[in-house]
Amino acid sequence: MGAYTMRCSLKLLASVLILAAPAAALAQSPRFNVGTPLSQEEIKKFDFMIGPQGQALPSGSGTAKEGAVIFAKRCAVCHGQNGQNGVLRRLVLGSPGNPYRGPFKPEERDSVAYYPYATIAWDYINRAMPVPKPGSLTHDEVYAVVAFLLYRNGIIGETDVMDANSLPKVEMPNRNGFVPAVPVYPPEPKPSWW
Amino acid sequence: MDSNGSGRRQFLKQAAALAGVAAGAGAGAEWAARGQSANPEVQKPEAEARDGHDHRELLRRGARFSVDHITYYTPLQDYVGIITPTSLHFVQYHASHFPDIDAQQHRLTIHGMVDRPLSFSIEDLKSLPSVSRIHFLECHANSSPMIHGAGNENMGLPVQYVHGMTSCSEWTGVPLSVLLNEVGLQPGASWLVSEGADPGKFSHTLPLGKALEDVLVAYGQNGEPLRVEQGYPIRLIVPGWEAPFSVKYLSHIKVVDEPYHTWNESMNHSIPRKDIGGKARWYHFQFGPKSIITRPSAGLRLARRGYVQITGIAWSGGGVVKKVDISTDGGQTWKEAKLQAPVLPRAHTRFTFDWAWDGEEAVLMSRCTDERGEVQPSRAELYKNWGISEAEMKKPARSIHNNMMQPWRVARDGSIYDAMFT
Repeated sequence: MGAYTMRCSLKLLASVLILAAPAAALAQSPRFNVGTPLSQEEIKKFDFMIGPQGQALPSGSGTAKEGAVIFAKRCAVCHGQNGQNGVLRRLVLGSPGNPYRGPFKPEERDSVAYYPYATIAWDYINRAMPVPKPGSLTHDEVYAVVAFLLYRNGIIGETDVMDANSLPKVEMPNRNGFVPAVPVYPPEPKPSWW
Repeated sequence: MDSNGSGRRQFLKQAAALAGVAAGAGAGAEWAARGQSANPEVQKPEAEARDGHDHRELLRRGARFSVDHITYYTPLQDYVGIITPTSLHFVQYHASHFPDIDAQQHRLTIHGMVDRPLSFSIEDLKSLPSVSRIHFLECHANSSPMIHGAGNENMGLPVQYVHGMTSCSEWTGVPLSVLLNEVGLQPGASWLVSEGADPGKFSHTLPLGKALEDVLVAYGQNGEPLRVEQGYPIRLIVPGWEAPFSVKYLSHIKVVDEPYHTWNESMNHSIPRKDIGGKARWYHFQFGPKSIITRPSAGLRLARRGYVQITGIAWSGGGVVKKVDISTDGGQTWKEAKLQAPVLPRAHTRFTFDWAWDGEEAVLMSRCTDERGEVQPSRAELYKNWGISEAEMKKPARSIHNNMMQPWRVARDGSIYDAMFT
């Protein structure tokens, strides 16, 4: 654990050092004073890019039970009942109480079980789903659909409430299924076709 | 820029886009007309089952449309020089329809870890110092082995459908570094996350170091405003990196201190690999050295013995193409091709090679070396690297970021076959 932390901080330090140089150079450039200032209130209206730790998650909540109703109405037409056997993207692997832990085959990436962070499901469903009318689900509905998918994938219980506080804390089975665990830039010195 | 003018331009763009699709379809039809379309092998259901696509439909229309995808392929077999006509630029779009954006109303906002969050109109962006640069774009899923041998088990699909998700354009816009200077970066800022105004709100993370280096907010392509299918009115151009970084219909950039692992990068654009214990490589950045012989290529036919010009394109995310070698004997011996000026960093580079065909069977391959000395891998080298066993090597596998060498087999009757897996 100690070695791992140290390796991570070294990597972080290296990337900070590399990033600091251009930022410092940039600071000396003259400004053109073009563009209109944005207030925090204005930013709040469009800023729905949710970070992996749940940054910018709005208020609202939902459970799997509530989500089941919404999923059947808005999502099942493409993804199938319970997120399986639909025409597009099988969202569910495993079953309630029994999460699928991989190893994942390439075609199994569609499942919510594959996501490293539960917040990714909220972010994507909120902005991009459902396909005919993206952005038409309320925040409560998004929390409920996400809860339903996490429940069907065996990751949370049927009555667990998902909100801005609980969602980022959900332990995803494939959290460490990526190499590197946190991407670094510049990448490691390997051939770029590695 | 009144609203009528904007509407007319939109119409012209859409008309041109349709012409592009028609031209793409024409190239497919030309291939089919060379005596192959009547071949019942094309309709083999097993070949389609392999990747779930209807290749007959693809060859008829020259494009793919589905509820969550629109795909156009650049007709590489008819590509000359290094600039892809805008109407023939590839498209790999993750929604069912293109957005109808009013450029006068459209804004780019930059916020997050900045001193002065700002909103820029298109006119604001055009009032800043502009640059024009020639760069390739390539879909990270281009050249996927899955598609080799599909359509026709013996001959394969034309180069357009196997490798046609790369194109090269002159992009005009304002450097992102200029805009980041306007907003002022706060200490600790290290990544950006960008969002498009398309129905799926396509979003992608970008390291700040690259953003400050050579990334453009582009409003022009090949001498005209961006076309609708290319991100009108503005898009990112991230030179040399896989195309999903180059977010189209760009509307928001948030400056943050960690990668956001959006759906596209965590799920859609990652592939679990055996060589790393079934884990997925997280974030591929730049493309490695790559080249494709575009003519002669699968589905075409050599008319006579004697002089044949072998030509194609080479590129590398790592910079300038240093050399391209050609083999006509399946990789046993190599000779250097001529590079045609201009040879530009992170751009398609045209190569030519004078060959005398003796009428015997031959296997044509090209191999790119870039300015860093990196060499394009063969299929065996790349698969070994990816932990794919000898037994599995003969089977087309799903992959991304594929830059392996493409062999074309010339038969004694002059017909040319995709020899990747045969």
